[in-house]
Amino acid sequence: MWGIMADGSQPKLDTSPHVSDEIRKTTCYMCACRCGIDVHLRDGADGKRVVSYIEGNRDHPVNRGVLCAKGSAGIMQHYSPARLKKPLKRTGPRGSGQFQEIEWDEALEIATGWLDPIRRSDPSKLAFFTGRDQSQSLTSWWAQQYGTPNYAAHGGFCSVNMAAAGIYTLGGAFWEFGTPDWERTRLFMIFGVAEDHDSNPIKIGIGQLKTNGGKVIGVNPVRTGYNAVADEWVGITPGTDGLFILAMVHELLRTGHVDLDYLCRWTNAPYLVDRNPGASFGLFVRDGDGKPLVWDRASGQVQPFDKPGLKPALKGDFPSPDGGRAVPVFELMAEKYLAPEYTPDAVAERCGVTAATIKRLAAELADVAFNQAFEIELPWTDFRGEKHESFIGRPVSFHAMRGISAHSNGFQTCRALHVLQLLLGTVEAPGGFRFKPPYPKPVEAHPAPHSKSRPDSPLNGPHLGFPRSPDDLALREDGSPVRIDKAFTWDAPMSIHGMMHMVIANAHAGDPYKIDVLFIYMANMAWNSSMNTAGVIDMLTDKDDSGAYKIPKIIYSDAYSSEMVAYADLVLPDTTYLERHDCISMLDRPICEADAAADAIRWPVVEPATQAEGRDVRGFQSVLIDLGARLQLPSFVDEAGNPKYRDYADYIVNHERRPGVGPLAGWRGEDGEATGRGAVNPRQLERYIENGSFFQTHIPEEARFFKPFNAAYQDWAVKMGFFDKPQPYIFQIYVEPVRKFQLAAEGHGERQPPEHLRAQVKAAFDPLPVWWQPFEQAAVSGEEFPLHAITQRPAAMYHSWGTQNAWLRQIHGQNPLYVHGSVLEAHGLKDGDWAYLISHHGRIKVPVARMDALNPHTVWTWNAIGKREGAWALDPKAPEAQKGFLLNHLIHELLPPKGDGLRWSNSDPVTGQAAWYDLRVKIEKAEAGAEVSEPRIGRQKSPVGQGSGNVAHGEGWK
Amino acid sequence: MTTLPESTQRKLGLVIDLDICVGCHACAVSCKEWNTGGYGAPLADTDAYGADPVGAWLNRVHTFEVQPPPSPTGPAPAQIVHFPKSCLHCDDAPCVTVCPTGASYKRVEDGIVLVNEDHCMGCGLCAWACPYGAREMDPLAGVMKKCTLCVDRIYNENLPEEDRIPACVRSCPAGARHFGDLGDPDSDVSQLVTERGGFDLMPEQGTKPTNKYLPPRPRDAQLGGCGGGAVNLAELAEPEVKGFLGWLDKALERIG
Amino acid sequence: MHPAPSIVLFTVLSGLGLGQMAWLSLGLGPDEGLFRWIACALALAVAGSGGLCSTGHLGRRDRAWRAFSQWRSSWLSREACLMVAAMAAFGLYAAIWCLGGVRLWGLGIVASVLAVATIYSTAMIYAQLKTVPRWSMTPTAWLFLAVGLTGGLLASGAVAGLIGGAVHGWWTALALVITIGVVIWWQTAAAGAVRSADGSTMETATGLGFMGRVRLFEAPHTGSNYLLKEMAYEVGRNRAFELRRIGAALGFLTPLVFSVAALLVGGWLMALALVAHVVGMLALRWLFFAEAEHVQALYYGRK
Ligand SMILES: Nc1nc2c(c(=O)[nH]1)N[C@H]1C(S)=C(S)[C@@H](COP(=O)(O)OP(=O)(O)OC[C@H]3O[C@@H](n4cnc5c(=O)[nH]c(N)nc54)[C@H](O)[C@@H]3O)O[C@H]1N2
Ligand SMILES: Nc1nc2c(c(=O)[nH]1)N[C@H]1C(S)=C(S)[C@@H](COP(=O)(O)OP(=O)(O)OC[C@H]3O[C@@H](n4cnc5c(=O)[nH]c(N)nc54)[C@H](O)[C@@H]3O)O[C@H]1N2
Ligand code: SF4
Ligand code: SF4
Ligand code: SF4
Ligand code: SF4
Ligand code: SF4
Ligand SMILES: [Mo]
Repeated sequence: MWGIMADGSQPKLDTSPHVSDEIRKTTCYMCACRCGIDVHLRDGADGKRVVSYIEGNRDHPVNRGVLCAKGSAGIMQHYSPARLKKPLKRTGPRGSGQFQEIEWDEALEIATGWLDPIRRSDPSKLAFFTGRDQSQSLTSWWAQQYGTPNYAAHGGFCSVNMAAAGIYTLGGAFWEFGTPDWERTRLFMIFGVAEDHDSNPIKIGIGQLKTNGGKVIGVNPVRTGYNAVADEWVGITPGTDGLFILAMVHELLRTGHVDLDYLCRWTNAPYLVDRNPGASFGLFVRDGDGKPLVWDRASGQVQPFDKPGLKPALKGDFPSPDGGRAVPVFELMAEKYLAPEYTPDAVAERCGVTAATIKRLAAELADVAFNQAFEIELPWTDFRGEKHESFIGRPVSFHAMRGISAHSNGFQTCRALHVLQLLLGTVEAPGGFRFKPPYPKPVEAHPAPHSKSRPDSPLNGPHLGFPRSPDDLALREDGSPVRIDKAFTWDAPMSIHGMMHMVIANAHAGDPYKIDVLFIYMANMAWNSSMNTAGVIDMLTDKDDSGAYKIPKIIYSDAYSSEMVAYADLVLPDTTYLERHDCISMLDRPICEADAAADAIRWPVVEPATQAEGRDVRGFQSVLIDLGARLQLPSFVDEAGNPKYRDYADYIVNHERRPGVGPLAGWRGEDGEATGRGAVNPRQLERYIENGSFFQTHIPEEARFFKPFNAAYQDWAVKMGFFDKPQPYIFQIYVEPVRKFQLAAEGHGERQPPEHLRAQVKAAFDPLPVWWQPFEQAAVSGEEFPLHAITQRPAAMYHSWGTQNAWLRQIHGQNPLYVHGSVLEAHGLKDGDWAYLISHHGRIKVPVARMDALNPHTVWTWNAIGKREGAWALDPKAPEAQKGFLLNHLIHELLPPKGDGLRWSNSDPVTGQAAWYDLRVKIEKAEAGAEVSEPRIGRQKSPVGQGSGNVAHGEGWK
Repeated sequence: MTTLPESTQRKLGLVIDLDICVGCHACAVSCKEWNTGGYGAPLADTDAYGADPVGAWLNRVHTFEVQPPPSPTGPAPAQIVHFPKSCLHCDDAPCVTVCPTGASYKRVEDGIVLVNEDHCMGCGLCAWACPYGAREMDPLAGVMKKCTLCVDRIYNENLPEEDRIPACVRSCPAGARHFGDLGDPDSDVSQLVTERGGFDLMPEQGTKPTNKYLPPRPRDAQLGGCGGGAVNLAELAEPEVKGFLGWLDKALERIG
Repeated sequence: MHPAPSIVLFTVLSGLGLGQMAWLSLGLGPDEGLFRWIACALALAVAGSGGLCSTGHLGRRDRAWRAFSQWRSSWLSREACLMVAAMAAFGLYAAIWCLGGVRLWGLGIVASVLAVATIYSTAMIYAQLKTVPRWSMTPTAWLFLAVGLTGGLLASGAVAGLIGGAVHGWWTALALVITIGVVIWWQTAAAGAVRSADGSTMETATGLGFMGRVRLFEAPHTGSNYLLKEMAYEVGRNRAFELRRIGAALGFLTPLVFSVAALLVGGWLMALALVAHVVGMLALRWLFFAEAEHVQALYYGRK
């Protein structure tokens, strides 16, 4: 009777079960890394297609087959109960979550009815801001055609310091535009990174590097993730990286461990800087053609920097052509950083790193850069026409992200790191940090900001760009800001990504003016993407004397029932990432690799209507194109006023930004044989799909390194359509545009900063990297608020949107505040206790946990785990809503009052980057009581009901 | 069947490199994703959107903090080690011998320890017998779930050859997971274990795990310069020529 | 370990019933009609309901029958087989005794041995688990045997007492004294059998001991899971102390006093002794599970 098993045999297994009915390849969107995925589909019993399994696409340049936790949990996002189903019109008060479902026609009519009149009267009454938008080349184009100056994406609160410092210095940034040369690097130093956008590539890279015996040094107050696997951990005190880096610069200069040949050839170290007092003091000395000059030791006279065969001087006092005096950049730099204030001993205590460590690390960097240098034998020609037999490799690389950029001194800190890279000769060198096409790209190849808006007309050019001088600021005649977010004003002159974090506060205050419609796409501004969350909620719901909302109309596009949805008047429900067309374009943020250019698409691998009962959602980009046509925006309608594009897919294929250059670079030309430039190919999307939804083309061998100065690369870039003519340039240790703003603050030029900002601009706009104490730290008492408080991204969760995910929320369903053991003990706290965390702005109640692998002056938590009751289709009793918390309540968009009657912005004075990580706090044990986090924001009603019961994915086919 | 085979033809298993595991949970989630749709009952999650979501997982990533003793030069900083854990496919698997129904067994051909879910009565005793917490009862199906070493992938002719590896190995971004025959001393995984000093978990439990863990390499002060050697700090001594700018002249001359 | 009520009831009741069977089939108790019927029925009912309880925690009760298959290697399977065999043998013995009035000593010895072996197998289900140091000790089997047999004696005594028969008070008292000794032995051994008893620590569990002192920084998931619910149960010190006092007082001391007192006051006191014993045993058995620590919890930072 029980013989089957007792007879010693084992069960016969089918080891080749059916896997799936079809595989469709597309691009992941569980985060912004944009990996390639193979989506397995099965035909359900009801004939409908179900997504059964998602794995990494082995051929894809970004992830090469691997897939992160979020990517694997994509199925749970796609089938999330929090998915919006239909357009929503608000019926209850803002924030209540009470909505009525409406048809798309009505929704689009409402939107058109709101947007059309203001376009005719004053387009700036619309503020259109997008979150981690992967279609910025469309959304910005749309906003430009609409004519409002008020457009930006989320970069201003994300990592604009990194982008700005990188582009102004190197013509490319750590932030997505470059990568360590993982294959060849031997020493890798990573500053302030928890996850970064390059989630999978960094993990692949670190694994590869360490497996090959390379060394990783993590500079981070917290030792988790990459810093946990780092061979050495530098547990720096937040906000002091600039000092730490400049002390290493001091050491390298002091001991002569810098790559002089590299500096002479590829950086502006030899540029002559004008030393004649006056309006040109500190600017480069130029010839008649505007070319910067250097002192040539061979000919004993000044020469344009790009002349072949120069032997430039790096120090000395030289006559400039106009009869004045000039000094090379290098000498100014050496003088500055050799000063005693930058010695390791002078900075050690503030950084929380011993002087001996700083010295040793500088020595290690030099050791690897110079003693482990190597050559790749490959003849190449530089832009001066000089021929080289090989590329010199310097196997030291760096990477950094928000840990150094999300501070009020972040721009200069990022710059300092770039200068360190340049001194070691490691940017674009084999083994160093290498750009991904279409980068490198100098400031000169980017537009300046545009903000001239006229009724019923497009804007005069792209909104966002790189100011070269105060002339490019977006100021009215009277000096008041043109933009609602006050980007490109003296508050933050180089706010090249806009300042999305100021939009709601400014719109609420009607400062600089009132707007009528706030239009937001995929950013949870009523929750985790805002500082001072409770305050922002008050602004969104605040009414004027007449009882009308101060921000009159809010349109919001989301795919899920987020906190922000509850504050919108009109909700445009988006599809999930598996249900729509998307385009990851080289006109936007690229997915290229150091050796290849690449772009990609998404396409509807399943149709929304088949994925749930009554699902009536539309891809936002298609909706935007539809709205564009309804509003009769130029480029969205033909001459007859008919829609120019059927939908986004149609736009992706047929739109041309410049002749022959469109959103996608692959399979262009009528026959699909052209790459980069070429006529529209009606079959382009099919070709992408056949190829796994991405396109990749390799950079020619001899063009792979030293790209900014490599003639072969420049020619290839022109062929690809990145530029219309070669754009060679050299790296900017000394940034002249920055100096121009400083000059203005010194009283030169037409456009002058307002008096209250003059000193700040003068100090902050140093053309050579400097360090200052983070503003909040300087503004509050270190005794009262002794701790730094920061957040980190968990690898297995993406901001707020991972919480609806049945699998990921089991991993991160609540977040403790991690506190160093010594601090816990000093406060009589132990693991699991509750405490108050208090900043100058507020107080939150949180559970605490111990961590010793932590800078002792720092506390931290995982970002965006806490949720509002009722959001994300979760049970209001969910741990996210009861125990989870946001640090954001403690962070204010403004600094504490200084007593000068002004409120200063809590951001970097150069770029306006939100200074999230400047936060200072104190901790107090909470009295025994309810174990729920505070503040409590009331419950929102869920417009999609509550996800219920159990999940057993796979039941359908078993 | 519940008695263990005398020996197995191969010893398939995983080798996990704690030196490079970044604790990203990719392996855990891809394991969940593959297995919920694969071998046996779905891996269910109860109260998935509620106050107490509890699901069955076959692989979970723990994180430990290790405090090394002070070094001669001073206190050593604490370290964090990420620690993925799934069934170790033990040679002396107590989970198999305790099973009253014969549902638990160790395969003769490759040493994989499996549960025949059609025979399992969900008594839970095998989970009690496992020292590693590698077995979890499915909350809906009421049968015991455990890592199958992706037995429905590694031989699956419907998958391309290169994909016939466990889901967790295929997805791990850091390359911290290796799969192979630990019974063959010449296999890549066995070589890795030898080179890196791979170890068993809780050897004192006498389970003889097949899976091995590679230790984190020395960190922080225990470490020399890049490449292991000591950094030549003398080299960084101030140049002899008068100060930095003096050195500069010489140096520029050298590069011509 | 999670003290699932079904398992607590199962071990207590089956032990009691089997213990009673062991004595009855050896000829214990008055050979008279009422006693025969009631005692046999009680033993079968108690053991049987214990057996039924054991299926209470099964995920797939419909497959319980498969548990009879692995007697060669699995103690749980052996226990299931032996239980059925013991009940069958005793059932036959009881039927012949009740209906025919004959106590077949040969069959009786078989039934008794089977019953004792069943108790032993039950004990071995736990005692075999190296993963639970508190159980995996020699005294565990003696504990189950002593408690089961003493319980059986009390149960028979109670039936006899209620119908006015001889209650063997002194024998029962002696058994109780011995059992108290075994319980103290077990308890003393258990007190030392922490997770690290066999050398398993967080350091050996993770293999990271060579680096330094190990503590849990983050559990894999913030929520709970089967492993934690099932194998990382934690019981407060005070609660455990209270329960142990109640368990000792009701489970052994009260029955001891009552079984001696029964000789003076009346046999019916034996019924009270039985009730007290069962209640006390439920408390102690609950603790047997609740206090048992599983080594896998080391991975969750339980030291
Ligand atoms: N899994 C996952 N990936 C993501 C995201 C996500 O939510 N989840 N978000 C994406 C987004 S929008 C972004 S912008 C990127 C951001 O990518 P990261 O910059 O990696 O993200 P953060 O979490 O801000 O990490 C900042 C790190 O800096 C450290 N830090 C804080 N202050 C300092 C300091 O002063 N000095 C140093 N050296 N370190 C410091 C923190 O401890 C933390 O480790 O990640 C992207 N990738
Ligand atoms: N304390 C603290 N706060 C921070 C940070 C920090 O480090 N610490 N980081 C800051 C940074 S860098 C960033 S980028 C922000 C990020 O903050 P947010 O931009 O708010 O990011 P998410 O929470 O991911 O919210 C994005 C919204 O997009 C919606 N969404 C998701 N998929 C789709 C889709 O396909 N279509 C549409 N239309 N909507 C979709 C989501 O449901 C969600 O409501 O947070 C910032 N806030
Ligand atoms: S890193 Fe993960 S979530 Fe992001 S795109 Fe890649 S697989 Fe998707
Ligand atoms: S790890 Fe546990 S479940 Fe796996 S074989 Fe070993 S004892 Fe059995
Ligand atoms: S739960 Fe299933 S596999 Fe485990 S011991 Fe019980 S019957 Fe065997
Ligand atoms: S081998 Fe397969 S079942 Fe086992 S942990 Fe890896 S993915 Fe999960
Ligand atoms: S996927 Fe790899 S790196 Fe990530 S947790 Fe698992 S083993 Fe570690
Ligand atoms: Mo961001």
